[in-house]
Amino acid sequence: MTEYEAVIGLEVHVQLKTKTKAFCGCSTEFGKEPNTQVCPICLGFPGVLPVLNRTALDYAIKVALALNCKIHSPTKFDRKNYFYPDLPKNYQISQYDLPLSYDGFLDIDLDGKDKHIRIRRVHLEEDAGKLIHKESTSLVDFNRAGIPLLEIVSEPDINSPEEAYQYLVTLKSIIQYLDVSDCDMEKGSLRCDANISLRKKNTIEFGTKIELKNMNSFKAVKDALTYEIERQKSLLSKNKAIVQETRFWDTKELKTFPMRTKEEAMDYRYFPDPDLPMFIITQEKIQQIRESIPELPREKIQRFIKDYGLSLYVAKILVSSKKDADFAESCLKAYPNKDKKTLVNWLIGPLLQEANTRGCGLADLGITPQGLNELLGFVEKELISNLVAKSVLTEIIEKHKSAATIIQEGNLIQISDTESLEKIAKKVIQENPRSVQDYKGGKNNAIMFLVGQVMKKSQGKANPKIAQELLKRLLNE
Amino acid sequence: MELNTLTIEVLRDKLKKKEITAPDILNSLYKRIKEVDKKINAYVRVKDLKPGNDQFFTFNPQLPLGGIPVSVKDNICTEGYNTECCSKILAGFKPPYDATVIKKLKEAGAIILEIKTNMDEFAFGSSTENSCFGTTANPWNINYVAGGSSGGSAASVAADEAIVALGSDTGGSIRQPASFCGVVGLKPTYGRVSRYGLIAFASSLDQIGPITKDVRDCAIIMKIISGYDPYDSTSVNLEVPDYPKVLGMDIKGIKIAVPKEYFVEGIDPEVKKIIQEAIEQLRELGAQIKEVCLPHTEYAVAVYYIIATAEASSNLARFDGVQYGFRFSNSELNLIQMYKKTRGAGFGQEAKRRIILGTFALSYGYYEAYYLRALKVRTLIKKDFDEVFKDCDCIVTPTSPTPAFKIGEKIDDPLKMYLSDIYTISANLAGIPAISIPCGFTKDGLPVGLQILAKAFNEEILFRVAYAYEQATPWHKMKPRL
Repeated sequence: MTEYEAVIGLEVHVQLKTKTKAFCGCSTEFGKEPNTQVCPICLGFPGVLPVLNRTALDYAIKVALALNCKIHSPTKFDRKNYFYPDLPKNYQISQYDLPLSYDGFLDIDLDGKDKHIRIRRVHLEEDAGKLIHKESTSLVDFNRAGIPLLEIVSEPDINSPEEAYQYLVTLKSIIQYLDVSDCDMEKGSLRCDANISLRKKNTIEFGTKIELKNMNSFKAVKDALTYEIERQKSLLSKNKAIVQETRFWDTKELKTFPMRTKEEAMDYRYFPDPDLPMFIITQEKIQQIRESIPELPREKIQRFIKDYGLSLYVAKILVSSKKDADFAESCLKAYPNKDKKTLVNWLIGPLLQEANTRGCGLADLGITPQGLNELLGFVEKELISNLVAKSVLTEIIEKHKSAATIIQEGNLIQISDTESLEKIAKKVIQENPRSVQDYKGGKNNAIMFLVGQVMKKSQGKANPKIAQELLKRLLNE
Repeated sequence: MELNTLTIEVLRDKLKKKEITAPDILNSLYKRIKEVDKKINAYVRVKDLKPGNDQFFTFNPQLPLGGIPVSVKDNICTEGYNTECCSKILAGFKPPYDATVIKKLKEAGAIILEIKTNMDEFAFGSSTENSCFGTTANPWNINYVAGGSSGGSAASVAADEAIVALGSDTGGSIRQPASFCGVVGLKPTYGRVSRYGLIAFASSLDQIGPITKDVRDCAIIMKIISGYDPYDSTSVNLEVPDYPKVLGMDIKGIKIAVPKEYFVEGIDPEVKKIIQEAIEQLRELGAQIKEVCLPHTEYAVAVYYIIATAEASSNLARFDGVQYGFRFSNSELNLIQMYKKTRGAGFGQEAKRRIILGTFALSYGYYEAYYLRALKVRTLIKKDFDEVFKDCDCIVTPTSPTPAFKIGEKIDDPLKMYLSDIYTISANLAGIPAISIPCGFTKDGLPVGLQILAKAFNEEILFRVAYAYEQATPWHKMKPRL
């Protein structure tokens, strides 16, 4: 059987979170009443002219530099002409033959191995409005029309759905680090189309390309590509030709369906927008923007491993967002012990859990590195058990009180004195004859059940270590 | 003297002396419009005008244009006043904003007329015959065209139905009708006057400019409407000179170039003679006349009709019946059918012709051969002018190869019509300023215009030469009998 290799290129659109739109002064805020963030300019009224939002250009340059692209100066804007009701002027201001930047790359991590994905170009354009289809009519919301949009086009260097997924995760995290976009696929601030073809392994020639659209999550991209690879393989194995076309991913059916064939592809009649001058990007400007780029995830992971002795696994979790990475680093710095194990376990354990249940990041929990250290201090001095500490953490987050206050108010200090624990232990032995029998019969695990009972009876305050020793002593007597 | 026949300076003087009031001026204009516009058709939607609108009658005498009415071409946006480019497709369109030039004029105290001046649909034409509101007649002979596309603006000024008017010029649309109607018309340097609010024809060529009874009024209006506009990225941030200040400076020693390419075949012999006399007049006033070459002149019309139509095809794409203006409505139609029916019924013949031409020029496989090549030749035309301006202060030429032609004479022959802009197009391609001033009449009593061109942002020299010529000749004082 012939072996095939998938050849995938991704086209990612990212909305830049500038305060105002790309070519007018309207707000870009998401989720407002339809058609309330519009003006004659973004509505494409007769007589209006675009004026470039320089911040959008700066953001675009920032992303381009972070993706190791070369900057074109001067850069120019072109009109992409096509008729569609979500496009107020029936042309989109975009970039054609002199894109802002080109020839970059992104390294992605595949189970510890790097893969180099080349970036063909990153350019700036304006977003279109949004069509809302009702039963018999279609409505247009122009709030989105004119929001600055980056188009990031990769070379077809991606060879599997997993690589595509990693590329997107890596790209998203870089852009979020740059703080120029929310990259929220649900809100449409990040969108992804894919080109995919198959070719026989170890050949150079490309197969027929299929464009995939309507994938609204990274997982959908992966699923659609997986589906498409199988579909194309099955066609090729039957010696059937693949038709060059655009297909959309049906999220319910989990299949791709044809949208339009490329033969009917539109001629966009690109030409330089005469309303906008060429924009010169000076070396000084590039340098200034380059200097504003923060440490990016890859370098941060390496540094965390080196500076704090973290494992790759832990470091990757902690740097997933810049805010969380900064928070984690503050905690790591403030933590007095050289061995960071306890802290790290708490960060990626209870804290991450709290964050996940709340749908926020570590940094958004409202606990300070000092607050966390205080809590961990109680744990390390064995003044409270891990179990109690977890509930104290929840209370810190919910009630904004310090660990000390909560522990004091709740009288939560661990019971370590043998005298009071012995009473409880004796009672537990009395009440659980079967477990006692099991233990005596050689089932060592039974002791853990009994410790649990002691913990329960003491409302979690018993020092589990001492309780265990005590139980063993009593049972062995 | 009827107030409607006077110029800004005279009217301002009378207003200051309280001999007259602003409503007096407006009333005299309305009276004149009522009397003659049926014959001229310089204004559109005249019947919609509701007199007595209070805001017409408040004015601040301290402001430079306090109380002066300004007539505006139907393609310049005026907030709340219909602006339809004389096209059915924009029927009923009332812009929600003022063009920057309108804002500036209002701030200077001017009164903007609610009725707008007639034009070729979307400024596509040289005779104001392509208007959905009918043809504008030449006040000097109503069987002749007023020129175009700003035919309504030029005719309104010539027929004293306006004190001053604004036009727009993409390939001669201010200067050619000014020349046909015997008035002054200026196309400013590209970037001198904001295009914000001018409904675009060809964005890289369009400029708004004044059409006036004399050179002084032209300089006064230019001083007000010029200047950098943050809403127009192609406007240039250069200080605006005090244009009226240069009026009256002599032109002794000024070097005037006469390009020989403008006097070859195609020029009407009478026009040629009148222009040559005007050149003699300039020589008498002390100017040094020098014959020069503008070798790429012969390509100007071809280059222009590629670039202008290409840009127009894209600029006019927004007229689709979705948001504003005319929509061919029928619930049976799907989206594409609605687009087609709306644009099919909404645009006139010439608009459709140009949209198709421009779409073709930008199409895949043709772009390089047409549009890109045209851009290259445009650069060569620009260089021709740079070369001449190295040692000349300005260039004089006829504004148009012929005087006004008869209504209907060229309407079925677009190529012939396009050639009537042959002398004006180059200034737009090169982005340089050019003025047309009256310089005589043919035996049939039709006006002839003299075009003066200068280096970019050197409108001052145009005013200086034009004013010197005007003061030495009687042409600007002539009035058509209506």
